[in-house]
Amino acid sequence: MRLATEITLARAVGALSRRTGRGGGTTLPGKLLLRLDDAALSALALRLPEGAIVVSATNGKTTTCALAARVLGEGRTLAHNGAGANLLSGVAATLLAAHRADMALLEVDEAALPEVVRRVAPRVLALGNLFRDQLDRYGELESLAEAWRAAVAGLPASTRLVVNADDPMLGALALDRSGTVTYGVDDPAQARPSLQHAADSKYCIRCGAPYDYAAAYVGHLGDYRCPRCGHARPALTVAARSIALDGLAATAFDLVTPDGSCRVTLPLPGLYNVYNAVAAAALCHALGVPLAAIARGLEGAEPAWGRFERIAVDGKTVVLLLVKNPAGANEAVRTLLAGATPPRLALVALNDAVADGRDVSWIWDVDYEPLLAGLERVVASGGRAAELGLRFRYGGLDDAAIEVIPDLEQALDRALALTPAGGELVILPTYTAMLALRRVIAGRGHVRNFWDAA
Amino acid sequence: MSAIGGGDSGPGGDRRLVICHLYPEYLNIYADRGNIAVLSRRAAWRGIAVEVRSIGLGEDVPVGEVDLLYVGGGQDREQALVAPDIAGKADQLRAALADGTVLLAVCGGYQLLGRSYRDQAGAELPGAGILPLHTVAGPRRLIGDVLLDCELDPGDRHTVAGFENHAGRTLLDPGAEPFGRLVAGFGNDGESGFEGCRLGRALGTYLHGPLLPRNPWLADWLLVQALARRETAVPVLAPLADTFEHEAHAVAAQRARDRGGRS
Repeated sequence: MRLATEITLARAVGALSRRTGRGGGTTLPGKLLLRLDDAALSALALRLPEGAIVVSATNGKTTTCALAARVLGEGRTLAHNGAGANLLSGVAATLLAAHRADMALLEVDEAALPEVVRRVAPRVLALGNLFRDQLDRYGELESLAEAWRAAVAGLPASTRLVVNADDPMLGALALDRSGTVTYGVDDPAQARPSLQHAADSKYCIRCGAPYDYAAAYVGHLGDYRCPRCGHARPALTVAARSIALDGLAATAFDLVTPDGSCRVTLPLPGLYNVYNAVAAAALCHALGVPLAAIARGLEGAEPAWGRFERIAVDGKTVVLLLVKNPAGANEAVRTLLAGATPPRLALVALNDAVADGRDVSWIWDVDYEPLLAGLERVVASGGRAAELGLRFRYGGLDDAAIEVIPDLEQALDRALALTPAGGELVILPTYTAMLALRRVIAGRGHVRNFWDAA
Repeated sequence: MSAIGGGDSGPGGDRRLVICHLYPEYLNIYADRGNIAVLSRRAAWRGIAVEVRSIGLGEDVPVGEVDLLYVGGGQDREQALVAPDIAGKADQLRAALADGTVLLAVCGGYQLLGRSYRDQAGAELPGAGILPLHTVAGPRRLIGDVLLDCELDPGDRHTVAGFENHAGRTLLDPGAEPFGRLVAGFGNDGESGFEGCRLGRALGTYLHGPLLPRNPWLADWLLVQALARRETAVPVLAPLADTFEHEAHAVAAQRARDRGGRS
């Protein structure tokens, strides 16, 4: 079959999938195309006049892409998989659906990255961080890191690499490839007093000695140096300095680049979003975007879906924070506590489908305790609600403060009933729990379906 | 590593326990601190004062003081970093067990307490040689929900629900006692039908999840064994309600029946 025919056929399948109510058609056309023609993805990527940008990370890839889309979407048509379909099939579907796109901006799953990069030959590859996440699916962190190292080693010379130098495993990639754009945070005032429990890369990737951290910002991300062999964070091309965190509302920082610096006010909360912003800035810088345009795009940002997304429901506000691994959950907790009034009620939802991770032990690696200290009530929900109940019980919360309601819709109704009129309900769901909760809320007419909202 | 819910419990009556957590900075991958939190809390709820100590690289096991030793799981890299150290502690560990100390080792810790671990490349990592077993890396990881049938005391049968994720195939010596019989899941080697190893008051298992929160009977069994080191009468623990524990156990057990032992 000719590529044009294959594309027409696959697109028709996507339209049919949406029309028959089977979903957003975000991956099915891609799956079909890949079945029809193994080389189709490379051919589609080659047709993009301004090439493809690939972004991957354990945490923050969706928000980083959303921020970069704000900047790069100015005067360009982007093919962007903003609905979260980030496996090979989702990437294929995105490239298929984008008629006459100038550039592709692709969020890619960590495990799918080597295969996508091999086929797409990106113009820029931006790598954000590697944290322990879904060990049952991704295997050990080290094997994923090894696959990334091999993917980077096999990149064509034309690909510009952008890495978060604050992650020791990624910083090392910059040392081996000239022309790499490095980014990170440079503000010891924001450092954590000590490495968190969920920190993963605490030991030197070269010699195994524990790193000395001049500053640890998020998990193991920070300014590290090995006292034994000297492996250290490389110099930063793009950095965030003089950071100011404004509770749940915003952050501000000096964006320092080789083209100059400027103060950026980012309408997203939390230090982890500063990382996402500086990642987006670094990848745009690698593409030659002027600093003023980068700052303008970042300042116009909106939360990606499910990332501190606020939805009005019956005179109350639901705040959705997707939580899927210890490092991300810790940042969600840290940010919630930075607000003017830390939450007294929360709905936490834990599912164990493949997309959530079948192994739920990660909830014990999350530092929930600072949040629990202020909670009067927590509603635990999802297929593994009772495990959350145990986590909170052994975390020191009184049994009477814990309600275990596995059914998500019932739990939502109960938590909303506990929320005072005009108040905010914080919801911390895993991936499929978030999809299900959004579906319930959408069914009541409060929010668009995710494939339209992205 | 920070503890869940504060770690040590306050002063209770005259009953007390010392728990030593080996290498918490290295071996902590499967939420091992959850097991420590369950032991501490369940002891504290019975008025038993608990002290939790960390034992790091190069530090001695306080034989004569320690009631319960815990060794968790790590990724290959961290496991290789602690292997020579734990092999060097073999005499201390043996002395502690002879003194009545209870030992619980999970996943990587379980492998490290055996004689050796042979990785994919054929390199042999020495272990402490405390448990009668050795481990050989297999071609693919054994990942999934597990359900066990256990009878640690004759006639006292219980189930254990957990999650396994290991490349190692652990082979027990002839005559060695397993921790449990598989109802669902891969277990020690994916073939024998057994999981873990039990040697007196020492237990080794691949099961995390973590192991103890949803298997409260096992947590209490370990506490009773640990108390027996100090108490002359057979230790008794007041029963707890354990509503969430039983609910979580039931769901995890069903998951194992539905999807355990397949990959």
